Amino acid sequence: MPDGLDPRFTSLPLDPLADAALSRARDLGASHADVRVARIRSGALRVRDGALESSADATDLGIGVRVIHDGSWGFAAGIALTTEAAAALADQAVAAARISRPLTSRPVELAAEPAHVGEWVSPFRIDPFEVGDAERVSRLLELARLATGPGVDHVTATLDMVDEHTFYADLAGSRTVQRRVRVLPQVEVMATADGYHSMRTTNPPAGRGWEYVLGEGWDIDAEVAQLPGWLAEQVAAPSVEPGRYDLVIEPTNLWLTIHESVAHATELDRALGYEAAYAGTSFARLETLGSLRYGSEVMNVVGDRVAEHGLASCGWDDEGVEAQTFDIIRDGIHVGYQLNRQMAYEQGLGRSNGCAFADSSGHIPLQRMPNVSLQPAQADITVADLVSRVERGLYVTGDKSWSIDMQRYNFQFTGQRFYAIENGEIAGQVGDVAYQATTTDFWGSMEAVGGPSTYLLMGALDCGKGQPGQVAPVSHGAPAALFRSVNVLNTEAEGAHE
Amino acid sequence: MITDWIEAGLAAATSDECIVIVRDSGEANLRWAINMLTTNGQMHHRVATVVAIRRTDGVGHAGVLSGPVTSAAELVDLVGQACTAAQDAPASDDSAPLPEPVVDQDYAEGPSETSIAVFTDFAQGLGRALAASREAGTEMFGYAEHHVSTVWLATSAGARRRTVERWGKVELNAKHADRIGSAWVGQATTDFADVDADALAAEVTTRLGWCENRIELPAGRYETILPPSAVADLMILTYWSASGRDAEQGRTVFAGKDPGTTRVGETLSPLPLRLSSGPGRLPAPPFAIVEASAPGMTSVYDNGAPAERVDWMRDGALTQLPYTRSAAAASRQPYAFPSDNLTLDAGSGATLEEMIRSTSRGLLLTCLWYIREVDISSLLVTGLTRDGVYLIEDGQIVGMVNNFRFNESPVDLLRRATEASVATQTLCREWNDWFTFTTMPALRIPDFNMSTVSKAY
Repeated sequence: MPDGLDPRFTSLPLDPLADAALSRARDLGASHADVRVARIRSGALRVRDGALESSADATDLGIGVRVIHDGSWGFAAGIALTTEAAAALADQAVAAARISRPLTSRPVELAAEPAHVGEWVSPFRIDPFEVGDAERVSRLLELARLATGPGVDHVTATLDMVDEHTFYADLAGSRTVQRRVRVLPQVEVMATADGYHSMRTTNPPAGRGWEYVLGEGWDIDAEVAQLPGWLAEQVAAPSVEPGRYDLVIEPTNLWLTIHESVAHATELDRALGYEAAYAGTSFARLETLGSLRYGSEVMNVVGDRVAEHGLASCGWDDEGVEAQTFDIIRDGIHVGYQLNRQMAYEQGLGRSNGCAFADSSGHIPLQRMPNVSLQPAQADITVADLVSRVERGLYVTGDKSWSIDMQRYNFQFTGQRFYAIENGEIAGQVGDVAYQATTTDFWGSMEAVGGPSTYLLMGALDCGKGQPGQVAPVSHGAPAALFRSVNVLNTEAEGAHE
Repeated sequence: MITDWIEAGLAAATSDECIVIVRDSGEANLRWAINMLTTNGQMHHRVATVVAIRRTDGVGHAGVLSGPVTSAAELVDLVGQACTAAQDAPASDDSAPLPEPVVDQDYAEGPSETSIAVFTDFAQGLGRALAASREAGTEMFGYAEHHVSTVWLATSAGARRRTVERWGKVELNAKHADRIGSAWVGQATTDFADVDADALAAEVTTRLGWCENRIELPAGRYETILPPSAVADLMILTYWSASGRDAEQGRTVFAGKDPGTTRVGETLSPLPLRLSSGPGRLPAPPFAIVEASAPGMTSVYDNGAPAERVDWMRDGALTQLPYTRSAAAASRQPYAFPSDNLTLDAGSGATLEEMIRSTSRGLLLTCLWYIREVDISSLLVTGLTRDGVYLIEDGQIVGMVNNFRFNESPVDLLRRATEASVATQTLCREWNDWFTFTTMPALRIPDFNMSTVSKAY
């Protein structure tokens, strides 16, 4: 790849900063210390009805020092990149650990991890920040023009892009430098003449560069060109009759259901209660690991930090643990959690599977999800094959509204488009649809998954978790899948009151 | 001196106009779970935002860049990058002249700070609460944080503004050992001097006691008392959806029936509700600070403009929607800046306890969670009840009920509300990472739509 690590980052005094902080922490008696220097550049552009509505380009750069001292965590972060300031952060972190000690009933220990030294760069061809503002805006305006058509009253096009550099060092000897680039272009069209209707592109954010915005990896031009027609059909679509339907769900919608009902539910920190007051807990309790029937026998879910273009892919996590792949659901049974080093040690689960992430140097690493993906069937089952099995159902495309409870049981999702399935054939769109289920019922009703040709890597740039709040990028792969007898609501009826 | 850095930055600007904002922020936090402290931290950062503006025939082309600054040279460099970006930038949709300059007397003062020591008294009370919880066989979870942010804002037109934003919060969640019974209390604060950990622990323990008797109820429509925290979450979402320009374009629940019109003037509630925001009893800066434009709501061109108190509703009628100065000029509407606080007041003197006593059968909620828009045109939202749904019978709380998923529009809830309590300062649950200060009443809804049962606790 032409672009590796940015010399503006690697020319920072990374090793001297780490040496200063780690040696001070060791001198103060820390049993573990790690240093992260992170530079995260985030850009956002938004054009609306042919004009630039907003643009932002923000860089965050700083250093964080985390220690375990006398069995307690301590953390401090700042922006001064001098050896004196780094050592002072180690002082502050140890002081914070001392304050914590009386309120820490169990000494913190970490699962062992070999020391790693190396560099890792996500695969991209064109640095999106090296493309001029004028060219970026011009491309968005070009896409917006493609989306105009009869019945389209407003068009919005947006671009989000991130360039993330992280240096990590710890007392055990690890020293790694990584760069991850990601982008998300989106286009949305709106009709207001006959009530409000909207339709958005379904392309995912990707661990790619500007080339993705130009169409490499997803033919966004082709999708945008179809938006006016899809929107017009939605405006004229009949309202859905509520009841139970068989659903054939595309990966453009199913990824979000996986994210909310599988990926979050199998975070071990949630299962143990560390997120109980905020993100919530999980119905997938530690004592049922290995026996909980999560879904049907065709359900196989894998966690990984290695998928090409995956948003959670990396060389090492933010605790210095090497990227891995591991089973979460096998043949419908819950067999694995996402781990960090502290929980892996505490629960006797061996080595961490590398699921620690901090969204900046100013935040501590939390247990965050890797790429969590539903595996396709080995046979090449197509969408048409799945639809052919349905007498009366709905075909679901694109994500929209989502909500799930604090134990990841009860969820409700809408989508960009819902098509009626009648006697094994896709018919026209229907409107006002939401599907609602309990997690294990829903995955238990999954009769079939599509084959490799139906598989897409989808995802989100901004999964939220933790206090103080952090955001993380994550990908979810999924095939199309067939679910039987799912509860479908009519959203207009849900909101109707006399 | 940071103000010297700013002067150096403005002097180096090659664009027609320039705005420099420097935000120096300190933050401290404590987090606990299962009756023990889990994480803590103390952070400091300083970020500058530069809005460099090139004018062609009076229309602005803006380069907007933000980055960390530790010296005058870094700020000058950031200004240079923003000016370069402005050269390439197309015309801004929200272009407006720079606001009339105002100079604050305290502009040259240095930053205010916070540290982990702000929790000294609170941590002692928390330690007592965690010990008592262990003793009682229950579990406590929660989080406390404090921020102090000093903002300097200067423009090439001569504005020199300074303000100090102080905000903090504490959330305390108590659970039975089986984690089915669960209760929550929260409080917003500016300095933690008014946070009484013992009192919060006592309140959450009382509420956990209401969970001893467990009752299963099916989905359906229930008379429901939404407490101030739940009302706050719903009203904040409504506030964020209130762009005047978007309403004129038919994109929101506040769109009028005729194209280009809004619902301003329409009565939204039979209760004499007043919805307002801005400087006053709740903290808010007296001028607009906009580090990135929020489409239809706030504009970087409005930096330094007055952020005055605005009534969005009076006597139950919609009176005003937010407009940037640019959108206001285009729509011939008043400029109205949506400050980050919100007050809803019906002028009622009834307490929440009195509302409970006058309820023959109904539900009392604690808070709402995972609230998401389902239909923008009606502002139909879905979400969950959380950490305490209590059944009221004959004026008494008789036990806890399972959680529910709801589907409701906050605007329609205002229409159907039959009673409001006295307005009290409250911490919302869902949005408190972004919105700390609200004053809200409890509202009685005769037929709240609990769409399905959630098995979660």
